[in-house]
Amino acid sequence: MSDSILQLDAVVGGYGKMTILNGTTTSIRRGRITTVIGPNGAGKSTMFKAIFGLLPLRSGRILFEGRDVTGHTPRMMLDAGVCYVPQGRNIFPELSVRHNLELGAVALKDQSGLPDRVAAMLKGFPILAEKADSQASTLSGGQQKLLEVARGLLLDPKLILIDEPSIGLSPLMVQEVFGILKALRGKGVTILLIEQNAKQALQMSDYGLVLELGQTRIEDTAANIRADPRIAQLFLGGGLQPIR
Amino acid sequence: MLEFSILLPAILNGLTIGAIYALIALGLTLIYGVLHIINFAHGSLLMLALYGVFFLHSLFGIDPYLALPVVGIALFGIGYGLQRFVIGHAGHGRDENILLVTLGLSVIIENLALYLWRADTRTIETPYSFETLDFGIAFIAVPKAVAFAGALLVAALLWLLMTRTDLGRAIRALAKERQGAKLVGINVEHIFAMSFGIGCACLGVAACLLLPSFYVSPQVGHAFVLVAFTVVVLGGMGSFVGALLGGLIIGVTESLGGLFFGESLGQLGIFLIFIIVLLFRPTGLLGQKA
Repeated sequence: MSDSILQLDAVVGGYGKMTILNGTTTSIRRGRITTVIGPNGAGKSTMFKAIFGLLPLRSGRILFEGRDVTGHTPRMMLDAGVCYVPQGRNIFPELSVRHNLELGAVALKDQSGLPDRVAAMLKGFPILAEKADSQASTLSGGQQKLLEVARGLLLDPKLILIDEPSIGLSPLMVQEVFGILKALRGKGVTILLIEQNAKQALQMSDYGLVLELGQTRIEDTAANIRADPRIAQLFLGGGLQPIR
Repeated sequence: MLEFSILLPAILNGLTIGAIYALIALGLTLIYGVLHIINFAHGSLLMLALYGVFFLHSLFGIDPYLALPVVGIALFGIGYGLQRFVIGHAGHGRDENILLVTLGLSVIIENLALYLWRADTRTIETPYSFETLDFGIAFIAVPKAVAFAGALLVAALLWLLMTRTDLGRAIRALAKERQGAKLVGINVEHIFAMSFGIGCACLGVAACLLLPSFYVSPQVGHAFVLVAFTVVVLGGMGSFVGALLGGLIIGVTESLGGLFFGESLGQLGIFLIFIIVLLFRPTGLLGQKA
């Protein structure tokens, strides 16, 4: 598939004795927003960790742009053009907003362009520019999330893995974050999104991926998934009926 | 009541030894603050550094102060290597393992020193060992004055390193947010080892400043490390300024304790202050809540 940027091939992984990903297989389209949905424990976040190299695979392969990236470290994934914005807060609270952004480019080989990149990023995020020299812990929850996204964008990633960006944010801030994701898609960046607010996320997405028990149950366009009665059932707490 | 002319020299003397305590505690608190481990090998590594200074002087005639870059860098290297290739691997990321590994290292290093260099207490003699500086109201031994100034200078340099350099930022970032550090591609193993190395380099510097007015024996680390632990807890675990302040307070307390209770009970005051501070400020003087 030429328009696929990321492929998971029978990926198996988990924590300790627990297996979360049970042979996850999927293919993510380049330059599109794909939303991953599924009940708690389906392996959505685990899948992201596995892709970014934070979780060693027991078996299976991960291909990024056709290259085998199985077993890559997070640093190698950054170099390849993948960034990961996990759930919760992962900014550096004691450092200023500017220093947080600068650290986003630690992996950059040529540091000479760093000030320009940071300046450009601040221009794109006026709220952050206002607080560029404040300690990051003084930002609101939404601003911290934006900072995290901006920090991830500093390396011009081709693929962004973003996990539950809307958690704890005001509706206005959610709109802002979603707007940023749409703008990124406009620039050709691929976005893989986990969102508890599935309905809203699917509305702006191109594709949807439904995971259950660590396996892909449905892969389709976002519109089809929104219209699929089985999805409603899934999110009402019932499991999926076996397909076929 | 004691006269001012007796009290003041005691306070000044306390400040000089306190600065050394502070330097040793800075290393300890840096390692704790970043790696969240208590380095039980800290005292043994200080002892190793003191032997290094001693042999550089007795075998090659190198002045302890001139040996400072060599010993500092050597201790940095030892610390880096220990963390990167021994502690990091043997610990498997579990705090209790790491604790035992550093404890084991201290036993090994100490007994190795005992085997190689015997239990003798050794000192060096420098032209300035018995020189004093006249401050009008008090005389201070030159080595002690140098130790005080040197320790404060190194503390200031360390502070600059932590706040003004990319390395310092990476260290502080990693200390507070391991996950975030991994996300931006900070080489966690490398930065951990750098922190451990810098913490140990403090010991190298302390050893060079200390030996002209002190002695070395395989057990010499104990005297300092217990006090350094106290300083770290008193100042607040992981706090730089706290370690500096705590070191000076402990130094003065010890000196005044010696004056009032006699030399052998001098350390009594340290633990009294320690208990009092912890009663009213369990996080230490400048510690943050967990």
